[in-house]
Amino acid sequence: MDRYVNVPLSEKDAHSLKAGDYVYLTGTIYTARDAAHKRMQETLDRGEELPLKMENNVIYYMGPSPAREGRQIGSAGPTTASRMDKYAPRLLDLGLKGMIGKGKRSKEVADAIVRNGAVYFAAVGGAGALLSKSITSSEVIAYDDLGTEAIRRLTVNNFPVIVVIDAQGNNLYETATKKYCRE
Amino acid sequence: MRTVDVSVLTQNISEMCIEANHYLSEDMKTAFTEAQNREQAPLGRQILSQLQENMEIAEKDMIPICQDTGMAVVFLKVGQDVHFVGGNVEDAVNEGVRRGYVDGYLRKSVVRDPIYRENTRDNTPAIIHYSIIPGDRITVTVAPKGFGSENMSRVFMLKPADGIEGVKNAILTAVKDAGPNACPPMVVGVGIGGTFEKCALLAKEALTRPIDKHSEIPYVKELEEEMLEKINRTGIGPGGLGGTTTALAVNINTYATHIAGLPVAVNICCHVNRHAVREI
Repeated sequence: MDRYVNVPLSEKDAHSLKAGDYVYLTGTIYTARDAAHKRMQETLDRGEELPLKMENNVIYYMGPSPAREGRQIGSAGPTTASRMDKYAPRLLDLGLKGMIGKGKRSKEVADAIVRNGAVYFAAVGGAGALLSKSITSSEVIAYDDLGTEAIRRLTVNNFPVIVVIDAQGNNLYETATKKYCRE
Repeated sequence: MRTVDVSVLTQNISEMCIEANHYLSEDMKTAFTEAQNREQAPLGRQILSQLQENMEIAEKDMIPICQDTGMAVVFLKVGQDVHFVGGNVEDAVNEGVRRGYVDGYLRKSVVRDPIYRENTRDNTPAIIHYSIIPGDRITVTVAPKGFGSENMSRVFMLKPADGIEGVKNAILTAVKDAGPNACPPMVVGVGIGGTFEKCALLAKEALTRPIDKHSEIPYVKELEEEMLEKINRTGIGPGGLGGTTTALAVNINTYATHIAGLPVAVNICCHVNRHAVREI
């Protein structure tokens, strides 16, 4: 089912999204990948504040290619989410409502998604040029020294994603693959 | 003897890094169109059509096909009658990569040390594979390799008794474990034989072969066809979201090996199977 949803993600929207829904996100999301997650973890370990609030926010696992002159961003598709599995449950427990990436998640992440009523979305991997067209602004807000791995605030307009793990724990990768398996 | 200034390598490699990251080869485009016609899953067809639209935007607006513009893998086949002047070949190759990635708005994805992980900020060093061939020409292949799929690649040191069935199991295991992580539809490069490192290199080289060209060895060609069919029965599908197009091709290269061994390497590549080739 096609859904048009605003981000940050409300509790109500997060709970109503179902694995398999095709969702167009509009609003503000944040990028973070390997190095930024490691730094956020270290920040929390020291008892300090994160550079962005987790509550109801959506993190996009993405490191863009550089923007050409006059453009907001370069190619901007998802990276493999499982590399962030080590860090994600803690952020979900702090209120993170959504993650956008590609690929499988660990049981610990799936459990934290259900526990916190959150959502794991997949964007189409390798479609970075197309996805960049739905990003209308991009601004580095933390860890500028990390280059492509810095934390960016993105404004998105009908950014296309698919719900893979929903708040009830349904997993599209498992159900959809079974449907077409002919082994 | 033919004298070649290394600056020619730099210039060509710089252009090829940019070319490979914005334009996919015709064999890949044809495979997408065929897959689009064959795919049974509605969502799978939608994803394949997005991937085709993505390629059109990449070319038209000069936005890299994928934001992971890869680590630059460079194959240099150098004729033995070539004499390089003007500097050191390795520096010239790296300078080409540096210019391509910096001037071409490509992502810098390389860290200097695997543990300390400081970004080199110009995507160097490249991974360079040299070979010496007869003649006085140089064949340069630039194959930027993204790590979503590279991370899912495997080497299996099988026993001779495992035979061809063992090889088939190894390929299927690697593909199933990769699943949605490797951005399917994939191109699967396989190396069979050699030593531990040789089979990995065979698999990498297999990915640079046009995907509409089969192996010239009859049993290997049959194996490529059989494995493509088997992989497409796994149900993984485009984006890993279910469907009948999990791979676009399986390319297999083989080499002699030891009486005690059967090495098999599976180098998985996503649908952005990039390579530019030039003869100098």
